[in-house]
Amino acid sequence: MNALTTHAPILIIATPLLGAFAAPLIGKLGWTVRTAFAGAIAALTGCFAGLLAATLYTGGGAPIVYVLGGRLPLPSGLAAPIRIMLEVDGLSAFMALITALVAVVAVLYSVSYWKERSGGALYDSLLFLLIAGVFGLVLTGDMFNFFVFLEITSVAACGLIGFRTWRKRSSEAAFKVMALYTLSGLFVLLAVGLLYGQYGGLNIAYLATNLGGTMVDRVALALLIAGLAMKAGAVPMHMWAPEAYGEAPAPVSMVLVANSQASLYALFRVLFTLYGQSLSAAAVGWILIVLALLTIFVGVTMALVQKDLKRLIAFGAVSQIGYMLLAVGVGFAVLATRPDFGLTAITGGIFHMINDVACIGLLFLAAGAAIRASGSRDLHSMGGLAHSLKGTTVLFAVGAFALAGVPPFNGFASKLLIYESTFQLSPVLAVIAVLASIVLLAVFVRAFQAVFLGPRLIARPEPVPWPMVASMVVLAAVVIGFGLFPGFFIDKIVTPAANALWSGQGDYIRAVMGG
Amino acid sequence: MNGIDTGFGVWNPIAWTLLFAGALVIAWVFRVLGRSDYKRGSEQTKAFLSGNEEPEPEKLHVRGDHLYWGLVDGLAGYYRRIRAVHTGVLSDYVAWFVGVLGVVLIILALVR
Repeated sequence: MNALTTHAPILIIATPLLGAFAAPLIGKLGWTVRTAFAGAIAALTGCFAGLLAATLYTGGGAPIVYVLGGRLPLPSGLAAPIRIMLEVDGLSAFMALITALVAVVAVLYSVSYWKERSGGALYDSLLFLLIAGVFGLVLTGDMFNFFVFLEITSVAACGLIGFRTWRKRSSEAAFKVMALYTLSGLFVLLAVGLLYGQYGGLNIAYLATNLGGTMVDRVALALLIAGLAMKAGAVPMHMWAPEAYGEAPAPVSMVLVANSQASLYALFRVLFTLYGQSLSAAAVGWILIVLALLTIFVGVTMALVQKDLKRLIAFGAVSQIGYMLLAVGVGFAVLATRPDFGLTAITGGIFHMINDVACIGLLFLAAGAAIRASGSRDLHSMGGLAHSLKGTTVLFAVGAFALAGVPPFNGFASKLLIYESTFQLSPVLAVIAVLASIVLLAVFVRAFQAVFLGPRLIARPEPVPWPMVASMVVLAAVVIGFGLFPGFFIDKIVTPAANALWSGQGDYIRAVMGG
Repeated sequence: MNGIDTGFGVWNPIAWTLLFAGALVIAWVFRVLGRSDYKRGSEQTKAFLSGNEEPEPEKLHVRGDHLYWGLVDGLAGYYRRIRAVHTGVLSDYVAWFVGVLGVVLIILALVR
């Protein structure tokens, strides 16, 4: 147990990576073995993520450093850490828990989602590769591995979006995502190269101690902000997201949301931990706020006019990225003066990350079940599915209400923190956020009416298999549990993550550099 | 433990849920105390459409893409512009991406 605890950071990445490379071989042994193997990999990964988080929380929240091929302190005589390091603080552990939740739910849902029995091993392989990449991205402590894991997520995500090669639009969406993700990766690589050229190191803690706000630092930050905000789906760089979320298989759409959030995590890590106050935090914070307002407004208004169920949910997902950007942008804008509402805003933004994954994930999975049952995703030709899919109807309604911020679901709790804290900076921000939530409720009332209400338009929809229902129930339990007991979850897992951003830069640096 | 203190107010979802459940019970009681001569499935429950026959439900159903047409029509100018931006052309996506990079770069270069 002690060895498992010690090596949990690398095991979280290695386990899905093993799954990714072994899946094509295991797949040769038949569907049952393949499914059992995928389930075991997902469960094991979830256990390691839980173990790591428990270790961190019981240890008082101090960052855990895991050095590959060595130990801290550094080899003597070297000014900068050179080994590959994983560094886990409250925010990394929080993101690992989100990724583990998504991985387990996606694997469970995928058991019965595919009607085709061939090609599943390759799907498992890409899915685990994406999950391993996301875990690596949120746990790594150096900028080059950060880029490497970013690329792993990009390659796997493109493969999964275009997985249904018999659908022309899937291939087109995958191609567009591949081009944009490649450009984003190049921006990040260029930024990493600039920082390495300037300071001769790649370790985040080392770079954070040396950044001085030079022009090179500024160019690197601009490249990182643009590259990571694009991967997160911020407007006006969001156009790939509705196509990717819309054309990907339902469980992949949910994992892509977690992937976008990992990019958002990366952006937050760069701003708070790497740069901190070495640049004008207020100016950078307002850049995020403007991007956030655009993202919220355009995401919601475009969702209102969609005729395709999955694209409608996809634009809803884009709008939610705006809420997280808004909250953390407000927190960063006031980092120099540190008023109380800054921490409240960050807490709201971080809490909204897990709430968003649960709500949007639930909506994508319920939409996948409805599309699978009816054979259509066109809102005009769907309808009356509540007659046959009662469970899916209730689960979709839970996800929709939660995403729109209706009490007592989880979306309300995190949005309340965001509204009240952003109001302190500028009431206009809170007004736009509240109005967008109201329009979002209207959007999902429309989707619900179109898909589930009215007379029976489809004679015999296919029933939803139990693994798909079970995976949706897991997410619905998160939505309701986090909604009814927000104080408990904020206290246990959100506050350590928010503190890691708000006041954790010193601890993050000291864990590696000492002092 | 259950609720949250936002620093400006308090949110207790358990108390809210109990209150909401209480309101539902009161509404249900009112419904039960309603008119005793109401009979489900009789002529009483048929819609009166100025003496015309009631069409089949399939013909009356308002499809999802027809909802909010008034709102969307009122915002036609906005939607014309915003839809024009979503071209579906990759080179346009890249242009927006590079454009944002340029704006962020200029702001960060100018701000001290």
